[in-house]
Amino acid sequence: MKVALRHVFVLVVCAFALFPILFVISAAINPLGTLASTSLLPTGASLANFANLLSSDSYPFGRWFFNSVSIALMSSFASLLLSMFAAYAFSRMRFAGRRVGLLALLLIQMFPQFLAIVTIFMIFTRVTELYPAFGFNTVWGLMLLYLGGALGVNTWLMKGFLDTVPKELDEAATVDGATHAQIFWRVIMPLVTPILAVTALLAFIGTMSEFLMANVFLRDTESKTLAVGMWGMIAGDHRNANFGMFAAGTLLTAIPTVGVFLWLQKYIVSGLTAGAVKG
Amino acid sequence: MALDVREAVETETSPRPRREITTAFVVSRVAVLAVTAAILLYAVPPLVAAGSWVSLALLCAASAAIAFLYLTRRFVPAKYLVPGTVFLIAFQMFPVAYTVTTAFTNFGDGHRGDKDAAVTAIETGSVRQAPGSPEYSLTAALRGEELVFLLVDPKTKQVRLGDAKGLSPLAGAQVGVTGKVLSAPGLTVLKAPEAAARGKEISALAVPTADGVIKANGLSRAVEGKAALVYDAGCDCVRGNGDTWKADEGQGYFVNAKGEHLAQGWQVGVGLGNFARVLTNPTISGYFAGVLGWNLVFALASVLGTFALGMSVALALHHPRMRGTRFYRIALILPYAMPAFAMLLVWRDMFNRDFGLINQLLGANVDWLGEPGTARFGVILVNVWLGFPYMFLVTTGALQAIPRELTEAAAIDGATPWKAFRRVTLPLLLVALTPLLISSFAFNFNNFNAIALTTDGGPFPADSPQVGATDLLITYTFRLAFGAGGAQFGFAAAISVFIFAIVALISAVAFRRTRKQEEVYA
Repeated sequence: MKVALRHVFVLVVCAFALFPILFVISAAINPLGTLASTSLLPTGASLANFANLLSSDSYPFGRWFFNSVSIALMSSFASLLLSMFAAYAFSRMRFAGRRVGLLALLLIQMFPQFLAIVTIFMIFTRVTELYPAFGFNTVWGLMLLYLGGALGVNTWLMKGFLDTVPKELDEAATVDGATHAQIFWRVIMPLVTPILAVTALLAFIGTMSEFLMANVFLRDTESKTLAVGMWGMIAGDHRNANFGMFAAGTLLTAIPTVGVFLWLQKYIVSGLTAGAVKG
Repeated sequence: MALDVREAVETETSPRPRREITTAFVVSRVAVLAVTAAILLYAVPPLVAAGSWVSLALLCAASAAIAFLYLTRRFVPAKYLVPGTVFLIAFQMFPVAYTVTTAFTNFGDGHRGDKDAAVTAIETGSVRQAPGSPEYSLTAALRGEELVFLLVDPKTKQVRLGDAKGLSPLAGAQVGVTGKVLSAPGLTVLKAPEAAARGKEISALAVPTADGVIKANGLSRAVEGKAALVYDAGCDCVRGNGDTWKADEGQGYFVNAKGEHLAQGWQVGVGLGNFARVLTNPTISGYFAGVLGWNLVFALASVLGTFALGMSVALALHHPRMRGTRFYRIALILPYAMPAFAMLLVWRDMFNRDFGLINQLLGANVDWLGEPGTARFGVILVNVWLGFPYMFLVTTGALQAIPRELTEAAAIDGATPWKAFRRVTLPLLLVALTPLLISSFAFNFNNFNAIALTTDGGPFPADSPQVGATDLLITYTFRLAFGAGGAQFGFAAAISVFIFAIVALISAVAFRRTRKQEEVYA
């Protein structure tokens, strides 16, 4: 009975979660491809919007897709590693400035980045002059910028998780003569797989839909990410006419994220820590 | 305490011979040195070429410090913190500090460069073709990365090279029949479409001559002209056109007797002027409290709404006998997997009065985003839809870390499920999640996209097009700073410092609570 109630509740929330997506699907397979003609349940079905999108010359969707996925994969992996290092130090070590450091991380994140974008633009204008490989219109420059925010929310998330992992485990390893590096890689990392998976997913999604920085950074049509490129698709007068293509693009954009989620699902689900306590 | 044990072990072992040098030790140290050397090899030459000695010194000092840090056995916490901190300082803290210093200046449209740049812009901007001056045939070319002019005198057919320093003779250039230069040794001649792409640079380049400057007139002609406005260092003023504009260092403008200023100014410090303007300007301070109030409601409702919904489903699924959790998880994560900016626009269209999905489904005719009450409800609903999967995910992650033994033990002790949740699960969840709730609050407090893409601050009352019912501080001030009056970066920076102070204050208070929690549970 109780389990049945849980199912009912979750199903209601699922309906709430899914109905706008159903609308997007309906728009994507709507043969007319305009906003005004779209309703919740599709009135017709065709793949014309997808075909138009993938064959379009002015919107190199495949290129944008590749850019987005590669940037998101690389920068979420790198930021995961950086924030895990920091979380390990903050959770397991006591040192001068630890409290201040944690507070500072939280506070710096709160500065409205949107307004700092003016200064970021000026900084990267200089970087572009000196190191074109890391300047505007490059994947690497954008990644550097994203890594600036690697410490922050993710570090807090992982530190919170690490705090709940029993310290006896690394104490035992220390007594056995393990170095801190060995403890980190051999003891801690395997235990924190669930939170690594959650954080990796969050970082991946965050990067995929990041728009503001990318919009400033990537001006060439070829170097754009999906967020920037698709934004241009419905800008101005194209909003109603391109809505079907836009919806199709929205669905395709979601695919890598869902893929990453499915890939990480078993790690998210398995409660490895509980096992560690028993052992 | 963990570290006490470890420290004790290390103190005991210190008199013993050093730990043996393992292969891993050697390899990791060699790798650190190699990476540092590679970065220096890559980064130093452009800095030397540009003469950025301060940057060069900073880079070398930072590299040396990092190499030293990883070559010793000491400073273990720093070894883990430095990699992320380097990026944090360079791409987060430095821009923030830069923004704060900008808040004390008048930087913005008309005040972009220094005084010299303003003088140059005023003088070259006022250049008029001198009567009877020759018209040169112009070809744009590149010397390395630098744009230069190749000027052919129509009478003598002599080719000269013009750059920002002046004219110099050029030998060995091939001139075509039209007077265009076809090739020149050591230079890359730009073809017409390439030159057109650099039109702005070409019209900006002014080649100084004895009598005035040579400027492009279109892409294939250049004329020599005289500046109508000339800077006079003696009186620190600009003269010309029968008027005099004196430099006003307080405003960063050249001002004449009537109080009018020239369009081009320069960047000066204005002290607390921008901050004073936020507080005393009636159009800004008058609405401040109202917008702040709604802003707080929006951020709180977003955080609590997403957290309550996300945690509820996570808890509902966190049960050993739940079937189909895999399917549910995918369904619940989907809103988060959809690109947020796209879905915000889709929601805006769903709320549309005439052909929107919501009215279609409800059979209603509500102007959702046109009325203050429903618009506010609407943007919060959209934000909850976008954000609850995140809370669901992090709660799921945090729930994995809470041993089931704890709730099982509570149940054996006779606690009801509600009590077990209130007393065991929720406090443990909050240890991990409070910082996230705080940063979620900060994120939503400044959630520019959520408002800009749905209502754009509206609906606006008839009597005040300045501030709308759903305007957040950031959208409202952004309109003020970057709206019709042109970009006022200094002013915008001052406003962001204000916003930052408000959020930081709220967060710091909330943070003190986590500190207490951590001491209890960690």
